[in-house]
Amino acid sequence: MAEISIPKLAPPTTSVSAAQTNTPFIEIEDVSLFYGASKALKNISLKLEEKVVTAFIGPSGCGKSTLLRCLNRMNDLIDNVRIDGAIKIGGHDIYASDVDVIELRKRVGMVFQKSNPFPKTIYENVAYGLRLHGMKAKSDLDARIEECLRASALWDEVKDRLNSSALGLSGGQQQRLCIARAIAIKPEVILMDEPASALDPIATARIEDLILELKKEFTIVIVTHNMQQAARISDQTAFFYIGELVEFGATAKIFTNPAQKRTEDYVSGRFG
Amino acid sequence: MENHFEAGIEELRQKLLVMASHAEKSVNESVQALMQRDHDLALRVKADDDTIDKFEVEIDEMAILLLTKAPLATNLRLVTVAMKISQNLERIGDEATKIAKRARDLSQEPPVKINLGLPHMADLALAMVKDALDSFVHRNAAAARALIPRDKEVDALNRQIHQQLAQHMMDNPDTIGRCLHWIVAAKSLERIADHAKNIAEEVVYLCDAQDIRHALKN
Repeated sequence: MAEISIPKLAPPTTSVSAAQTNTPFIEIEDVSLFYGASKALKNISLKLEEKVVTAFIGPSGCGKSTLLRCLNRMNDLIDNVRIDGAIKIGGHDIYASDVDVIELRKRVGMVFQKSNPFPKTIYENVAYGLRLHGMKAKSDLDARIEECLRASALWDEVKDRLNSSALGLSGGQQQRLCIARAIAIKPEVILMDEPASALDPIATARIEDLILELKKEFTIVIVTHNMQQAARISDQTAFFYIGELVEFGATAKIFTNPAQKRTEDYVSGRFG
Repeated sequence: MENHFEAGIEELRQKLLVMASHAEKSVNESVQALMQRDHDLALRVKADDDTIDKFEVEIDEMAILLLTKAPLATNLRLVTVAMKISQNLERIGDEATKIAKRARDLSQEPPVKINLGLPHMADLALAMVKDALDSFVHRNAAAARALIPRDKEVDALNRQIHQQLAQHMMDNPDTIGRCLHWIVAAKSLERIADHAKNIAEEVVYLCDAQDIRHALKN
């Protein structure tokens, strides 16, 4: 099978990987974000390790989705946004002037709250990105599509109807198809913005199990309003409130013995 | 695809079973040390108590983390029951240690010449522990319910042994120290049976979602 070539932003300065050294893979350094004059993120600094699941939690408007979207520069698409500070992924500043944003978004995939499959067949949904990146041979495409659909725990349910419309799948299946589509081009990071909030408990459980499988290969950052979901799937949790990072640490600590009263009040459901 | 939450629940259950096997072994060996005047075995039982204590702490940590993940229905009952069973097992371990300490001291002194029903009481208490744990393993509420009345038999034997030893002490004041050891050992066996009964009550709650604690008192 042909290997997809995913251009890197720049050669790493060191050959030692983050996983080997526990050095952070995503470094958010004193990041502030402004919508016009309004400061939506206030001097956020965070270091996220490779191949762990990090949950961003906090009440609506706290800035968690805004920060998530900074990680693949989705906020660039919004007028009147200004970002200060630095974000490095794999040691490289993703806001550097020479960064190709399209290439960045290949490395940092995204899954949204509402599943958004293309109005094409199941097969074509996954094949689309692969073809864009130069994979042409049908045998290569078939193999890679099966691999991705298996990795997203969808293969057994769709293998006999790959040429059916993706829009005929259930909500949970569509979301897993979007995950298959995201991982097809082998990103390093997957961002998930409330990926299970519109799903029933069974579909949610499947997505959660899938996330725990995917973290063996990918670094995952997920925004969720579901505290128990964050507890079930994440290794680390960051709590945000009105644009500030209130607390960041091991999920077990955040949910059993948070250091900050605001975190305690939020995870206990006293506000938010 | 693996169900990670169920895997966590199973891990908790397995750890509880390993703890149970340690507690059951401690009770067996403490009674053996007492009956056979085995000084070395008594010391080993005492040393093993730390292991059981560590299990209790680890099970509580696992259970608390699982509770943050919002288990429901049977899984919720299993996690809360696991915490209670582990506490009972830890106390069973403590009682075994008390018996072992008495066994250690009695092994260094001449035997008391009195025919006590203690071996029978030990058999009953040990069987209750074993059956309570079996009912947990097999999730057998009927077996757990059937076990509970047997605690009264152990209580009655304890009272009988207590009376026998009290009389013996009055008749033979030189044996008071040794008889007190036997009284404490018998009391520990009675407490072990109580904990086995508690475990059985938790198994009924686990299987049937019915709280039968204190039911006869109301």
